[in-house]
Amino acid sequence: MSTPPQIRLGLLLLFAPIVFWLALLVILPHVDMLLISLRVRVAPREYATSLANYAEFFTEPLYWNTFARTAIMSVTATVMTLLIAFPVSYYIAKMVRGRSKTFLFLLCLTPFWVSELVRTFGWMILLRETGIVSSLLLWSGLTDARVELLYNDAAIMVGLVYTSMLFMVVPLVTTLDSLDDSLVEAGYDLGGNSFTVMRHIVIPHAMPGIASGSIVVFMLTLGNYLTPKLLGGKDSLWFTDQIYTQFITRFNWELGSAFGFLLLVLSSAIVWIGLKLSGQTLSATVR
Amino acid sequence: MQRGTQNGMVALIAVAVLVAGMGTTRAETLRLLTWGGYAPDEVVEMFEAETGIDVEVTKSNNEDMISKLRATGGSGFDLAQPSQDRVASAQVDHDIYKPMDLSKIDEDQIVTSMLQSTNDKTEVDGKVYSVPHVWGTSGLIVNTKLASGIKDYTDLCGPNLEDKVSYRLKRPTLIGFAFAMGMDPFAAYENPATYEAILAKVEEALIACKKNVKAYWTGGDALIALLRSGEAVAAMGWDAGGWKLNSENPDIVYIAPTSGALGWIDTFTLPRKTENEEAAYKWINFVMRPEVAAKITAAAGNFTASKGSEKFVEEKLQKQFAQSFNPVTLGEIKWYPPVPPGLEVMEGKVLDRIQAAKTN
Repeated sequence: MSTPPQIRLGLLLLFAPIVFWLALLVILPHVDMLLISLRVRVAPREYATSLANYAEFFTEPLYWNTFARTAIMSVTATVMTLLIAFPVSYYIAKMVRGRSKTFLFLLCLTPFWVSELVRTFGWMILLRETGIVSSLLLWSGLTDARVELLYNDAAIMVGLVYTSMLFMVVPLVTTLDSLDDSLVEAGYDLGGNSFTVMRHIVIPHAMPGIASGSIVVFMLTLGNYLTPKLLGGKDSLWFTDQIYTQFITRFNWELGSAFGFLLLVLSSAIVWIGLKLSGQTLSATVR
Repeated sequence: MQRGTQNGMVALIAVAVLVAGMGTTRAETLRLLTWGGYAPDEVVEMFEAETGIDVEVTKSNNEDMISKLRATGGSGFDLAQPSQDRVASAQVDHDIYKPMDLSKIDEDQIVTSMLQSTNDKTEVDGKVYSVPHVWGTSGLIVNTKLASGIKDYTDLCGPNLEDKVSYRLKRPTLIGFAFAMGMDPFAAYENPATYEAILAKVEEALIACKKNVKAYWTGGDALIALLRSGEAVAAMGWDAGGWKLNSENPDIVYIAPTSGALGWIDTFTLPRKTENEEAAYKWINFVMRPEVAAKITAAAGNFTASKGSEKFVEEKLQKQFAQSFNPVTLGEIKWYPPVPPGLEVMEGKVLDRIQAAKTN
């Protein structure tokens, strides 16, 4: 028996926005970008099909190193976010009840009421040589000269972790919330200490949350442009900045598109490897 | 339920049509793609009162202008203001501009030598694409109380300046350093091999200079913040920024380097698919009136190609100008010739390598 036609129309209309959104804003631009990335400029307004742009990425160590650096820093930022967010989430989900729980959760949310740009500038005001932290250190006598805390990799890391916190806390709180307290109690009853309970009960249960949080944070960090650009120093390089430079200041859309595709492919590969190593599947993390 | 969805759709389409319609009915607008300060509110209001044309201002920079116009094939704006050295190559490569009808420009209002120079430099296939508007220089901004003996770009790399200077990682820095090191990059524009050799030397110098750099500045505001706070004591920068800082703190001065300041002219250029050419010409002729041009000078901090506008410019800026330039240094300004296509790819790689190099 086939479905009545009006239900099919309703379903079609229901799906129309997401289909249009995917087709017009995701698939079409990517196809166009792929085509652009496969051509090279031979003369003014003349282009030839070639893989030269991709070859450029692998032959020029500069670009390859920039990507590796970006990926390593993103992984580090993800791990640090997880280490900081896990106790916070555990406290919110398991230790407190009622209004203070909502309050603490809201506290995590508050910084996201202002835009990323404002938050980053906030960090700049705090960390710069004539900034608040430096002045405080000088005033308290802990240092005898002003210290520059901005324009280095540590500053980038601080900014990235701060920006990503919420995206780790939310999935962690959700999964930890669903953990039955009696399981934890049973663990203790059977002679486990905090460490074994954490290792054998809490973490395995929270694994899907850890995985989904890590994926989101990793992708956000890898694709971040503002924070590394504003907080980073004279040696800092970030792959998205490289893509922006190719597109906007070098007018080299061909190389920029190729970089964009490589970022997509390589970051997906890193996520895939991460899932394989932790024994998770993508379908389990989105459940 | 079904009805509701359909009604909702109809309403949505109606709104969409209405919004689209609004865009097309406002014929008398001038969409201006320009730099910060080149279209101050006061001037825009005066123009609107006189002609009834609304001016929509989009602030931008050279690379951004070319990228924006390239993305749309030259539509979306009615008048753009790229620097004159960037017009011809962008036109040759991307076909984003429309030739200028000089008969519609009130040429008597424009300094003749500058008009002639801009017309020559923006000529492609016998057609002229631009007329001059604002000009200025880049040189050195020095805090004379905290740093001494800085006369040329290469002095930024001198001793005792560790973590104390700032410049941009962009082409003017490469060009400025090349001149300061006794080479002539402009003469090598047409000869890629010579140019590459010059760039290699500059690259080496700039990598060695990295230990002195506090941060590479990326925008005028960042530069001003660095110098104002004293975190940087000397920098490569624009004259307008230097004069602005000088007004706040007389210790900070803008100086023309001994190898010569680098001079640029920002133009009026029509995007290829301009929708309101008439309004564009009206705007050009309006802002080139001496008294209006003086208002733009006050807002942007740079002088214009308008004939006779100097006498309307406030005294302070004239004094600062005289402090930075004398007739000799004024004659030594190196004006950017048009950039041949392809050079920027070469420069780009050099800049990337400098950024990636480890500070020693």
